[in-house]
Amino acid sequence: MLDVLNDFIVELRRAGLPISLTEHVDAANAVSEIDLGQRAVFKSSLRATLVKSEDHRSAFDSVFEIYFADRRDLSQDEGPDDGSDEEEDEDDPDAAGKGAKGLKGAGKSMGQGGGSTMSAEELAQMLEAAIRSNDAQMRAAVAQQAVSRYAGMEPGRPVGGTYYLYRTLRNLDLDGVLEKVLEEQRQGKGEAGMSGLEERLARDELGARVEGMKRAVEAEIRRRLVEDRGAEALARSVRKPLPEDVDVMHASRDEMLSLQRALGPLSRKLAVRLTRKRRHGRKGPLDFRQTVRRSLSTGGVPIDPRYKHPNPSKPEIVVIADISGSVASFARFTLHLVYAISSQFSKVRSFVFVDNIDEVTRLFEVADDPADAIQRINTEADVIWVDGHSDYGHAFERFHDRWADEINSRTSVLILGDARNNYHASNAWVIADLQARARHVYWLNPEPSSYWGSGDSIVGEYGVHCDSVVEVRTLRQLEKFVGELA
Amino acid sequence: MNDITAPRFSSPDEVAARLDEVDYLSDEAIAATVFLADRLQKPILVEGPAGTGKTQLAKSVAELTGARLIRLQCYEGLDESKALYEWNYRKQLLRIQAGQGTAADRDWAELEEDIFDEDFLLTRPLLEAIRAKDPVVLLIDEVDRVELETEALMLEILSEYQVSIPELGTVTAEQIPMVFLTSNNTRELSEALKRRCLFLHVGYPDVERERLIVERRVPGISGELALQIAQIVRTIRSMELRKHPSVSETIDWARTLVVLGKGEIDEKDAADTLHILLKYQSDIERARHELLGTKPASRT
Repeated sequence: MLDVLNDFIVELRRAGLPISLTEHVDAANAVSEIDLGQRAVFKSSLRATLVKSEDHRSAFDSVFEIYFADRRDLSQDEGPDDGSDEEEDEDDPDAAGKGAKGLKGAGKSMGQGGGSTMSAEELAQMLEAAIRSNDAQMRAAVAQQAVSRYAGMEPGRPVGGTYYLYRTLRNLDLDGVLEKVLEEQRQGKGEAGMSGLEERLARDELGARVEGMKRAVEAEIRRRLVEDRGAEALARSVRKPLPEDVDVMHASRDEMLSLQRALGPLSRKLAVRLTRKRRHGRKGPLDFRQTVRRSLSTGGVPIDPRYKHPNPSKPEIVVIADISGSVASFARFTLHLVYAISSQFSKVRSFVFVDNIDEVTRLFEVADDPADAIQRINTEADVIWVDGHSDYGHAFERFHDRWADEINSRTSVLILGDARNNYHASNAWVIADLQARARHVYWLNPEPSSYWGSGDSIVGEYGVHCDSVVEVRTLRQLEKFVGELA
Repeated sequence: MNDITAPRFSSPDEVAARLDEVDYLSDEAIAATVFLADRLQKPILVEGPAGTGKTQLAKSVAELTGARLIRLQCYEGLDESKALYEWNYRKQLLRIQAGQGTAADRDWAELEEDIFDEDFLLTRPLLEAIRAKDPVVLLIDEVDRVELETEALMLEILSEYQVSIPELGTVTAEQIPMVFLTSNNTRELSEALKRRCLFLHVGYPDVERERLIVERRVPGISGELALQIAQIVRTIRSMELRKHPSVSETIDWARTLVVLGKGEIDEKDAADTLHILLKYQSDIERARHELLGTKPASRT
């Protein structure tokens, strides 16, 4: 047991989780205190001792599922499955009518990727029944069937299983099933039909069940992959960076969504930290009135001087972001963050450019939610001048003509972009001039620093005029930068 | 630690069952973590959104073990003299003055020993928990509110269950109390603190558990209404809102509906009472719009 635990922890560390020796010892102690037969308890115990941040939970979960795959289901499959069928009948008589037939057939083919005895129609029926009844055993049975039938798994292929999952789900057409069951429920209501509220609730309930089905399929695929290739090999091929280390430029759609969700708490955290820093940074000037008032109790001797609360000015921020195709996802992400913490700055103005530049501050002001605002920026901002390829030189020149006078010594200028200028003129003098006017000029570059200056990247030319050029590819780097900014 | 406290629970299931007796509905993670905290004698760091029963967990554990709850509410600027101990200097002064007339021959060393005695020590929650003879549960609430430096004050207590007082020496716990720390995650806690604790995230419950909680906490509610409430709350939590309804707000809402004598929620009831569940006007309007399919700006 301790060996498996050791391997498990090594894999967690490889996935980037910070696990100290103390925590390892705790986990080992915990394991000796609990009943290993209870898988959920076992999992909770490891999680409580090893994972100290909610953000790391999904990474933990996926490694756990690989190393401690649910063997109980496995033994059921291999043995004669009559027993489990009967259980099914007792558990849920309603579902059994439709499910039992499928299950009997299913039993024979539950081996490794064997041929299927169930027809596609039977499977579809069973799936519907499983969604309707929300029964866990039935869900697992459907998942097994579906994976045997549709995933087309080949032994020994070094893949993470995403492809199998996609193939299975495409064939199951879960959305179609959801609509169908929903329609049935609507019919069941008779003449009156469903009110908006009822329909919404029913839809969400079915949505949750469909989600459960997807997870069951995923678990089934994972289980077979572990059997095929062993835990360590599989863990290696499904290893993903932690949310704070995901490269924003190359984030998948799902990763992007989870990053955006992470932004909410992050900005709250930053806001708290920044106010705290501002409040505790230093004392304000002497508060004469209060000092005299307090000196009365010591006979007019000012023993206990009072100070006014410090009131340091909040910085103004000007954000200039490249939103051309090559860095769009990064710019969108950073604009999100800038607006999330805008309460910490007295004024935030934002500009976007491709080869022309436009101010978009008002778009953020009118929109409730940054996603809307970004949508509108992409459609309404006037950022194309000639051909829609980045031209930093022209954009900076235009910026200088129109807005340079508004940059003053309280302003911090943030420029976001990869400085890939398509070999146009750089006009680096604009940046030099901005630096003379502004408090700070920072350049955030979403490219790894080893790429800087290669090809048409001219970040070096601009960089000499900036206070610093920072590589910001991940949430962690961004957090660090913003923390230092204010 | 000469007197090791006997284990309080025999299995996670027992934890769950006994929490259930005091009307706290746990889940597997909660029961397993509380069980381990008792066995491994480690504190639990409970994290999660506001209003999901983090503080209540500590109270319930205190109730079911028959222990006294000692609570330290953290805030910015909390320091040693508020959290650990303080010398009662007024009393010390009095002692010195009282001694001056009568025993002029007493030398200073003796007096010093005298005034740095336990009689002159004001115990604050952390020290009190350590010195308690009766069983106690220590709750350090909203630990993320104190500064990083103040956190370090707690480290000795959390790992060794002892407090070092320079003038007195080390005070060791008579018995190991159960310790709960809660955090709303407004800042990252230090690695040192996290390492000493078991971690428990308490999130929003799923529909089934929320229904049970509502049924338990709101007497006289029908099962159907409780289910409907839980489902509506789940739907609202899936929306993009400034603040999602907490479990305590769900309970308030359920109570309101019961007082109003509703057997089930129709669209009008939902629209009229949403303000109990949500606290921002923009959230209320968005939820109303999404739940009922009405236009958000249809105010007349």
